[in-house]
Amino acid sequence: MTQEGGITIDGATVAKLARGVRLREDAVRGQKVLLAPERAMALDEIAVKIVEALDGERSLDRIADDFAAEFGAPRQRIADDVAAFVQELADRRMLEVIA
Amino acid sequence: MTTTLLDRPESTRIVKAPPPMAMLAELTHRCPLACPYCSNPLELTGIKEELSTAEWIDIFDQAAALGILHLHLSGGEPASRRDLVELTAAASERGLYTNLITSGVGLTEKRMAELAEAGLDHVQLSIQGSTPTMADHVGGYRGGYERKMAVAGWVRATGIPLTVNAVCHKQNMDELGDMIDLAVDLGARRIEVATVQFHGWAEKNRTALMPTRAQVERTNVLVEQARERLKGVIVIDYVPADHHSTYPKACMGGWGRIGINVAPDGKVLPCHAAETIPSLTFDNVRDRALSKIWYEGQAFNAFRGDDWMQEPCRSCERKHVDFGGCRCQAMALAGDPAATDPVCIRSPLRKGLTEAAERDAAATPDPFVYRGR
Ligand code: SF4
Ligand code: SF4
Repeated sequence: MTQEGGITIDGATVAKLARGVRLREDAVRGQKVLLAPERAMALDEIAVKIVEALDGERSLDRIADDFAAEFGAPRQRIADDVAAFVQELADRRMLEVIA
Repeated sequence: MTTTLLDRPESTRIVKAPPPMAMLAELTHRCPLACPYCSNPLELTGIKEELSTAEWIDIFDQAAALGILHLHLSGGEPASRRDLVELTAAASERGLYTNLITSGVGLTEKRMAELAEAGLDHVQLSIQGSTPTMADHVGGYRGGYERKMAVAGWVRATGIPLTVNAVCHKQNMDELGDMIDLAVDLGARRIEVATVQFHGWAEKNRTALMPTRAQVERTNVLVEQARERLKGVIVIDYVPADHHSTYPKACMGGWGRIGINVAPDGKVLPCHAAETIPSLTFDNVRDRALSKIWYEGQAFNAFRGDDWMQEPCRSCERKHVDFGGCRCQAMALAGDPAATDPVCIRSPLRKGLTEAAERDAAATPDPFVYRGR
């Protein structure tokens, strides 16, 4: 089992979407949705960015660094946003945590 | 939900529905098992009337265009269709999230691998009990249990996430703890525990299936404890017994709001039991476009919004929470599909219903009337 409801996310966490969870365009409703068993989550632009960054290689710290550089935004705020959203995904058992 | 009121040529007002989210594709009514609570209708559709491969693929095309995201491949036993892999691949190519709802019988290791290759996203495997004796007695199929154990292993090998479905009733409810442990052993991430719903086949088996109040109360506690104990190991979704709840469930998440059912012969239904309501007329995908059926079909519009509601639902603060409960249950028990679901504590029929449930729960179980036998 790679999916643990009790996972706690921190900056060193490396994760990717679990098998059976995928991101797709929902053209009819004009949004992107994250699909999982019995669940469809509509994502805003930032959430989409984060999901796409979960490549199973970069840590959340690395992702925050990359975003801070890309958007010229305060690093700490970005790191907090990423961690909060990724924790939510983990709680819903949508992630495979690799490290 | 959008609530634009449209003027219809027939001068009936209909509430504009949102696009549907999910489709239950009943690929076939054929099934090697014969569960005495099967949700298929009493009149089972034969193989000759089933939609062809090309017809199903056309439906998946229309479904994707209409905004459907989740496709549940169900039955009967969907593995009884020889074209299951081809259908799964076609659905997956159209971006649909594919979920196979299966008893496991009819799957082989090779077929499971092919389904994974075709893009299958998720598997729901039913279990009928925690031991071969109980499971095969309920399913009416010897060897079914052993096959399910094997199937779970093949699913695990592909990496596809697995949910175990367990339907509970008088005869197996006391072994629910073991069924949950079994689901953990099988590698499931989630178990869906549902108490039998008394329509159709189950209605013929009331004395054999109706749980006692004591059983239901024990089960409620057991589920709470198991959730605590297995936190982070398995998610337990639990649908408690209707007859012992206070309010009805929001059946189908509201009539014509979320889901579409397609029967094996192409008939399109707002829910799997909708055909028990004689005042409804059903369109068939063989004659009419799916989008027309969803937005304009008589059956889908019959109970949309809340204009159709009667008291006590009409003035109830829960009417947009549970939508007045199940229309088919209202039909079956109140003789009126627009009545308040009689399992609601506010329905005048609830008292009689509870008495009947308690009578059947206490009765010595009659032998099963197996589905289709
Ligand atoms: S409920 Fe039982 S008989 Fe009905 S389709 Fe499912 S496995 Fe077959
Ligand atoms: S009266 Fe109707 S709307 Fe209110 S709780 Fe009962 S079924 Fe639901």
